[in-house]
Amino acid sequence: MIEQPNLNYVDELAGDDIAFRNQFLDIIKNEFPLEKEEYYGHVKNTRVKETAEIVHKLKHKFNILGMENSYKLAVAYEMELLDGKHDSQSKFVEVLDTIEKYIKTI
Amino acid sequence: MNCIIIDDEATARLVVRQLCSKIPELDVIEEFDNAISAIKFLNQQNIDVIFLDIHMPGFSGVDFIQTLKNPPKVVMTTSDTDFAIAAYEYECIVDYLVKPITLERFEKSIEKIKNTYAKKPQAQEATQQNSSEGEDLYINIDRRLIKLKLNEILVIEAKGDYIDVKTEKEHHRVHTTLKKIKEKLPEKLFLQIHRSYIINFTKIIDIEDNSVLIAKNVVPISRSNRPELMRRLNLL
Repeated sequence: MIEQPNLNYVDELAGDDIAFRNQFLDIIKNEFPLEKEEYYGHVKNTRVKETAEIVHKLKHKFNILGMENSYKLAVAYEMELLDGKHDSQSKFVEVLDTIEKYIKTI
Repeated sequence: MNCIIIDDEATARLVVRQLCSKIPELDVIEEFDNAISAIKFLNQQNIDVIFLDIHMPGFSGVDFIQTLKNPPKVVMTTSDTDFAIAAYEYECIVDYLVKPITLERFEKSIEKIKNTYAKKPQAQEATQQNSSEGEDLYINIDRRLIKLKLNEILVIEAKGDYIDVKTEKEHHRVHTTLKKIKEKLPEKLFLQIHRSYIINFTKIIDIEDNSVLIAKNVVPISRSNRPELMRRLNLL
């Protein structure tokens, strides 16, 4: 069961600052789908180094969205990729799908 | 305190900017999504603090620090705790913040910066080096001391137990090491850009990714020496 993303960290930082919250949401809504597509593109074309780079980038979003376990999974996956493995790939994709669904609700 | 934020991640820059907004003494002057743009900015503007991500594509945070001659205080911001030990090898790094950064931890970091400024009011100006060095260099070839004008030397190349000194007019092979001759050369004119090459920095014609053109000599740049070369460039 994949943990659910949340905005607890962002809300705590924002306080009453609605502009910050909205700006954050804009960025994540714009960037995440593009980065997800980029990830799939690299996987499809077996560009291992580039896949590891985009996994590295995506894991920051897991972090900010309060997905501690998913972040750890991404760290492991990034290392696996650099070692020529991809055991965590299917779980990583599940996390991406979970976030994609979530950001449509915020 | 004036500060800049360097991070390739837009959300990370936004978070740091938000944290800075909670500290009245901090004024975010600019933010950059890559280190090269920040180097150009720092050539023109003095700032007090840099919030710097280590892991950036192309030119990492550590590469960036190596390009700074008199770096301001640097706070590393990253999720890679593995880099922590390496980061503290640099005196300018005052703290290391692991993402996601909490306000409480951020405030502690600012306190650390304030403390370092309290201990050292201002970083000393770079020591004026080589002020006593002359404009000539004498090399010993076949028991003859030959005078070379330093500003005519183009490239010095290591060749086993010898070095080749290439000037605008001639070449000389001298029995010494690159390390020894480097000690005799003024830093303002010369720069080692590769294990086997020292160049006269003022003679550069152009620079490509991994090489420098000096007269007709194409000289390789090693990865470890590249940051220092980048720092010396008067980039537009």
